[in-house]
Amino acid sequence: MSAPLLHLENATMQFGGLKCVSDLSFAVGTGELIGLIGPNGAGKTTVFNLITGVYRPTLGNITFAGKSVVGHRPYRITSRGIARTFQNIRLFGSLSVFENVRTACNMHLRHGISHALMRGPKFAAENRETECFVDELLTIFGLTAARDEPCRNLPYGDQRRLEIVRALATRPKLLLLDEPAAGMNPTEKNELMKLIRFTQEKFGLAVLLVEHDMKVVMGICQRIIVLDYGRKIAEGTPAQIRSDPKVIAAYLGKEAA
Amino acid sequence: MIERTKILLLVAVLASAAISLFAGQINPYYYDILISIGINIILATSLNLVNGYTGQFSLGHAGFMAAGAYGSAWLSLAFGYVLGTSAAGTTTMFVLALTTGGLIAALAGLAVGIPSLRLRGDYLAIVTLGFNEIIKGVIQNAEPLGAQRGLGGMGQHTNFFWTFALAALTVYVVLNLVHSTYGSGFLAVRDDEIAAEAMGINTTKYKVLAFVIGAFFAGVAGGLYAHFKQFIHPEGFNFLRSVDIVVMVILGGMGSTAGVILAAILLTILPEGLRALAHQPWLPDSLRPIAENRMILYSLLLIILMITRPQGLFGGPGLKRRKA
Repeated sequence: MSAPLLHLENATMQFGGLKCVSDLSFAVGTGELIGLIGPNGAGKTTVFNLITGVYRPTLGNITFAGKSVVGHRPYRITSRGIARTFQNIRLFGSLSVFENVRTACNMHLRHGISHALMRGPKFAAENRETECFVDELLTIFGLTAARDEPCRNLPYGDQRRLEIVRALATRPKLLLLDEPAAGMNPTEKNELMKLIRFTQEKFGLAVLLVEHDMKVVMGICQRIIVLDYGRKIAEGTPAQIRSDPKVIAAYLGKEAA
Repeated sequence: MIERTKILLLVAVLASAAISLFAGQINPYYYDILISIGINIILATSLNLVNGYTGQFSLGHAGFMAAGAYGSAWLSLAFGYVLGTSAAGTTTMFVLALTTGGLIAALAGLAVGIPSLRLRGDYLAIVTLGFNEIIKGVIQNAEPLGAQRGLGGMGQHTNFFWTFALAALTVYVVLNLVHSTYGSGFLAVRDDEIAAEAMGINTTKYKVLAFVIGAFFAGVAGGLYAHFKQFIHPEGFNFLRSVDIVVMVILGGMGSTAGVILAAILLTILPEGLRALAHQPWLPDSLRPIAENRMILYSLLLIILMITRPQGLFGGPGLKRRKA
């Protein structure tokens, strides 16, 4: 296997005396779909926050495409090719569906503030380009009908989808999905699974998926990493994870295992 | 769409020029109010970029206005003779003075923008308010700027054309910014800073930029004011002046340029209108003291508005959500 896209080496995150993530190492290769699971409070979202630069790891290193991302501001890390969605939806509430996605194109702009003010031909051309790009994304994900709606008017499932579309508009190489199936009914979950797989293939992405719903995780992930109390307790294919006694103990207690 | 904003700017500038030709026939009292309206439009629109569109609560806009007013007035007084007294000479000098005033204010905006990275909400409001007082305090003690005596003697170069052409330019800049992909960063910072960062937006840059651009236009407004009144005093740029501008933004609706312009017009006319009302012969004598104490009516009006329409006259959903 060539050098992994994302590599965590002994990453540790300590808040005072509390070790949320300790000594965590794993790798995500290009185009892989990896699941990150664990009981509540296992540190899954903290791992996302470490990777995206919201927190700086107390110890250890995180490299993306061969370069360390530790100590960089989140927007820098995003511009290097990591995009994420949030556990509790964080759309830009006062903007329309279209504007939400367009905002994510901001960092790819080749023109600066002067062009935005003068509105010359260069601005117009790039503006058209951005609009086409956004509209194409919205079409792919079936959100065209809601294009100019305020995003908060969308049904819950569509808001989740919009968050994924917005993350894709940053043109990432790695997509981090934080509990995308939370609060969805079984039909929506099935659609979501199809959507994630489709996205991964269509855009050639690596995906790291945090999810509580085992059906979703087991259904689409090639490899699964299990966290408990901030430590990695298991890693393997869905079949291996399902029968791992440590995993069962973590989820159901020692007796069950 | 793109061309439309440019055409509108051109129309507004030409209209200001055309009306300016007849400015001599306007009653001086009304003319004074008109110029005040124009200056207030610049102030409110530029503050709206900071408070309304970027969601950073600044309470020190009068401080930037002071920086611009004193900067431009000082330049006019110290170097006004350099370009001579011809029409072209004085106009060039005036434009230079306004630009300098704007740039000095923008520099002050940069200095305030930096604490804004660490603070938000009420805390930021307090810091900006303190900054306003600092600028005022510096001027009060600066002998070359007239200190407590105020500064006077600038030529009256501000006219209808300059005021409204620059008001149109302010509106043009703010609208073009917030309606572009580039400017969507401002709105993203307001709506959700963490999500904005995650979408690759440098929130630091946008917050500072909002302060710098907002301050620049406040400085230009200050320059216009200085060259209209021909006398400026530190007390004219106190906390209450800042509050006046904030009230225009809140009344008009945070993040609504049309609303803020309307509020700037309304709140400039209203105190004058109430003054006129107090002298109407048909007004019962019992009501006269109320109309005379127009500030009471004025505040009552604001209270009623805040109860019945907290998002402002034209406010979108932006403000309601900011509480979360």
